[in-house]
Amino acid sequence: MANTTLTRSIPRTGSGQVIRQPRKKLTVGKTAAVVVAAVLAVLWLVPFAWATVTAFKSEADASASKVSWFPPSGFTFDAFASVFQAGNIPLWTWNSLYTSAAITLITLVISALVAYALSRIEFKGKKVLMIAIIASIIVPPPVLMIPLFYQMLAFKMIDTPWAIVLPQVIHPAMVFVLKRFFDQIPHELEEAAVMDGASRLRIFLQIILPLSRPILAAVAIFVFIGAWNNFLWPFISTNDDGLLTLPVGLQTIKSAYGVQYAQNMASALLAALPLIVVFLFFQRQIIKGISTTGLAGT
Amino acid sequence: MSSSTASRQTSQARTTTAPGIKTGPSLRRSRDNVSGWAFAAPFLVFFLVFLVWPIFYGFYMSLTGKSLTGANDALIGFSNYSEAFADAGMWRSLGNTLYFTVISTVPLVLVALVMAALLNIGLPAQWLWRLSYFAPFLLASTVVSLFFVWMYNPQLGLINDFLSKFGIPKVGWLNDPNVAMWSIVIATLWWTVGFNFLLYLAAMQNIPAQHYEAASLDGAGAWRQFFSITLPQLTPTTVMIVLLQILASLKVFDQIYQMTSGGPGGSTRPVVQYIFETGFTGYRLGYSAAISYIFFGLIVLVSALQFVVTRRRSA
Repeated sequence: MANTTLTRSIPRTGSGQVIRQPRKKLTVGKTAAVVVAAVLAVLWLVPFAWATVTAFKSEADASASKVSWFPPSGFTFDAFASVFQAGNIPLWTWNSLYTSAAITLITLVISALVAYALSRIEFKGKKVLMIAIIASIIVPPPVLMIPLFYQMLAFKMIDTPWAIVLPQVIHPAMVFVLKRFFDQIPHELEEAAVMDGASRLRIFLQIILPLSRPILAAVAIFVFIGAWNNFLWPFISTNDDGLLTLPVGLQTIKSAYGVQYAQNMASALLAALPLIVVFLFFQRQIIKGISTTGLAGT
Repeated sequence: MSSSTASRQTSQARTTTAPGIKTGPSLRRSRDNVSGWAFAAPFLVFFLVFLVWPIFYGFYMSLTGKSLTGANDALIGFSNYSEAFADAGMWRSLGNTLYFTVISTVPLVLVALVMAALLNIGLPAQWLWRLSYFAPFLLASTVVSLFFVWMYNPQLGLINDFLSKFGIPKVGWLNDPNVAMWSIVIATLWWTVGFNFLLYLAAMQNIPAQHYEAASLDGAGAWRQFFSITLPQLTPTTVMIVLLQILASLKVFDQIYQMTSGGPGGSTRPVVQYIFETGFTGYRLGYSAAISYIFFGLIVLVSALQFVVTRRRSA
């Protein structure tokens, strides 16, 4: 299962690569398929388009009762300008960025280490550890919010970045994604190193990790997206305005600005921009990440 | 999978019997015990502190009258639970969560299947379709909520304006208690269907081409091929997607809280919001923890069902 998924699941792109099904001439059926696909694509793009158009309207045009794709008084950058003046979008973006980066980094390090042990080392208690980690996959984060909050209160970490970061670094499903990948690396590769008396850590760092770049990238992207977009936990664990992450900050904007539609849409687009850019750069890895790591659950 | 286990076994045999290693097998094994736990240790620390401990501590809290304002750590037994079972608010929110789960799972699986099937035919410009179906998944819930609150706006919103062109009267998408949950489902469908779509697409592209070649030699048309080859081959994927989706939908909170705050009149308030509110606005942490554990029980039940179903399939 893991094997086939890892090596073959990358959806073939239109770059002239293998297309599985025999190409047939443009039949009626295929034309219909293009039409349906296009209708769906348009439906899926409308919210983006409408938000973008609104963000470039004047506030008066946005709240005019006549819905218009082409505002009577033309397009303007006013909404973006006032978001930058009034809002904390750059600060929130920065908060989201460094907390998500920290979560991703810590998750990768601790998960890869434990996955290596589970995959390659025979030690006492391994079975128990494995079962405990598997079982923990079903724990839904909302169940932990009350005790975690209380715990963070006791640790005096509420309203510090630690509160946002530390509870988000345990991803049992990711541990298993990594373990499955490590399982497939041929043992012959490390045997020479074992003969030379290389330590486990050295084998891990110099043989296993370099061979695991694709899966590490997939896990990293997956964890990063999750952390970047997480709302509930940062919402609970921070009240300090200077610490809000982008999703939590945006939530406060709504009430603060009231019915400033153009500004709301401008903020939403600015918040969406970083991940859209990330996606355009890492499209292949993200899709591969979803189709491999996604199998283990969200 | 099976090949990797086999190779592990042979190499284990090889390392323990390999000549030229000074240390005996037993010493090697005890060293493995140390290094195994050493590698597991960093994860284990976080795992114990931020997952295992809160699970047990949360359960302990649920047996106390702990509140956010003043400490009342005294154990009060299961009275939080008996109170919760008699609490109409909890049942209503649990019912809303189940309702959302049922009505969201069906479109989230079906639409994903349709999208993937369309792309699998081999449409040109694959990246364009993939991007448009999947891009919303990258957005934060807050962004999605801002988009949809704006589109659902009864007076200025795009959707009512569009419907009015067909003479359909204004709909209170988020104000009408009979409609609000469906509006949330539509927004959720738009937001997250791309994830299931990618899982389906990946699975479809793993189906060997020979199946289709053989079928088309036998004269099977595209529909026939889809229902006789694609769908049956996708069964394990479908089971997995349905179960993942159920578990994900049961946890719904973000978009509802942001779009309706659970309203109108509590008609969309999910159980996670009820837990949140009893804990953080009602200050009753102990009671809130008890409801968390009732909810947890529900999740465990679903997961157990999943286990049974997948077991039976593979057996």
